[in-house]
Amino acid sequence: MAMPKREPTKLVPVPSTSIIPERDVDKAPILECRHLGIDFGGLTAVNDFDMAIGRTEIAGLIGPNGAGKTTVFNLLTKVYQPTRGNILLDGVSTQNMSTAQVNKAGIARTFQNIRLFDNLSVEDNVKLGLHNHIHYGMFQGLFRLPGYWKEERRAHERALELLSIFDMEDMAGAKAGSLPYGAQRRLEIVRALATEPKLLLLDEPAAGMNPSETAELMENIVKIRDTFQIAILLIEHDMSLVMGICEGICVLNFGQIIAKGSPEDIANNPVVIEAYLGKKKEDTGC
Amino acid sequence: MLTFLNHLISGISLGSVYAIIALGYTMVYGIAKMLNFAHGDVIMVGAYVCFFMVSSFGLHPIIGILLAMVVCTLLGIVIERLAYKPLRQAPSLAVLITAIGMSYFLQNAAQLLWTSNYKMFPAFFTFGGKNGVSFFDGRLNLSWTTIVTILACLVIMVVLTLFTDKTKLGKAMRACSEDKGAAQLMGINVNTTISVTFAIGSALAAVAGVLLCSAYPTLMPTTGSMPGIKAFTAAVFGGIGSIPGALLGGILLGIIEIFAKAYISTQVSDAIVFAVLIIVLLVKPTGLLGKQIREKV
Repeated sequence: MAMPKREPTKLVPVPSTSIIPERDVDKAPILECRHLGIDFGGLTAVNDFDMAIGRTEIAGLIGPNGAGKTTVFNLLTKVYQPTRGNILLDGVSTQNMSTAQVNKAGIARTFQNIRLFDNLSVEDNVKLGLHNHIHYGMFQGLFRLPGYWKEERRAHERALELLSIFDMEDMAGAKAGSLPYGAQRRLEIVRALATEPKLLLLDEPAAGMNPSETAELMENIVKIRDTFQIAILLIEHDMSLVMGICEGICVLNFGQIIAKGSPEDIANNPVVIEAYLGKKKEDTGC
Repeated sequence: MLTFLNHLISGISLGSVYAIIALGYTMVYGIAKMLNFAHGDVIMVGAYVCFFMVSSFGLHPIIGILLAMVVCTLLGIVIERLAYKPLRQAPSLAVLITAIGMSYFLQNAAQLLWTSNYKMFPAFFTFGGKNGVSFFDGRLNLSWTTIVTILACLVIMVVLTLFTDKTKLGKAMRACSEDKGAAQLMGINVNTTISVTFAIGSALAAVAGVLLCSAYPTLMPTTGSMPGIKAFTAAVFGGIGSIPGALLGGILLGIIEIFAKAYISTQVSDAIVFAVLIIVLLVKPTGLLGKQIREKV
């Protein structure tokens, strides 16, 4: 597929291509949304959402409060059934998939307000992410047959390995609800990674973090992408994070994409600046 | 003193049956957040299946129990699919009414199939022609039924606790009970998990039905309803949603009931049981081992 070269005039919106056209040109995108939209009653929450993400791209989804960013995540994970349009994950439509099936197909996410299983241990939270990658049946589990022990040991090792990304192995036995806030956020990412996604959705990963924690998180996000070779789409209000690590950015306002492009494009885009800061007097023409 | 011990033992035995039934209520409530009032009648079906397998087909009691478990498991799954699954998004009151309806449906279906005349449940647990063992010149009697019931209850508790704590399906069940949405997003099939819960609860109901009818051998289509309600009480008493709570609540309820019957009055024993429940709930609204439920804002 020939990707149109980015216009020097930074025109918006661009057609359904990777946020950064020059990345992953020769490969099919991992995710493609075509004219995605959803109505809640008479309210159109998201409309005509066109986006594609490359296989190892770190992409950002930004926009003012209430723009529909989390709704997009909910559409991608099939928490909401889209009213219009199509989602192609690795070329396969997720039209008839349930939330759990979408996860199996390769989309994992974290939540804006942390949703860990508080009463389970850190390790068990990760193992729940591994759920579809632990293979033994109910009877093997009930009667603790050899298959159970083998798979559980493998799951244990894998869980610790995943926790080690964030140096959290020593917390494995603690209850997830008892962890400090930052650790809970990191655990959510680990749990999502445990499902072996092709695309990881991070909903405000830096929310409530101080600048040094945010800097560490940025390094870790890049590290995750490099280690796991997956695509990451993140919603974030912290512009230093978005501009720092995202290779492509998509700006949403009132459920519509108002701009797509590289961080530099977005930072200088008048439509984006207007959405965030309001119109300048002389521009309004009144 | 020995009479007291005798009563205590029969209390624990009855309580063990309540505990096994209460597990079905508590697990389903923990995960599907619904009260499956048809659970008591699944017990009755289990007892009937076992009865016919043994009396009419002359099968070995163990095979009879296993077949009863299989039939009840299937029944539980079918009930969940047909009656409760379509109401997953409905208000909980609708599900509750459906469960009560399902309970009456099972009772009446049993009446049609097996008539309302009672059947004498055969004594299964005899070894060497004896019904049990006696101590102190026959003043302290332990029937095999009592021993088997208490042992079965303990084994079931241990296995189930290990299952929910240590296996992937058990963990999936706990995850679903905490946050269904997040569980789904981790790739856990919530519908399957709920079905498994119903299957386990119903299989246990079959065991409870056989144990109950071994101790109290009159089998009728309404046999399951009163123990069902008592076991539900036990589950609430111990803290609904908690497996150790079901054990504690069941055994305490059994002991209270037998003591009330023995020392106060047979007539008002049920009233005393429920009075205790009311008092406990007034003092500790979440039950003895219930967790404080945090309302999400």
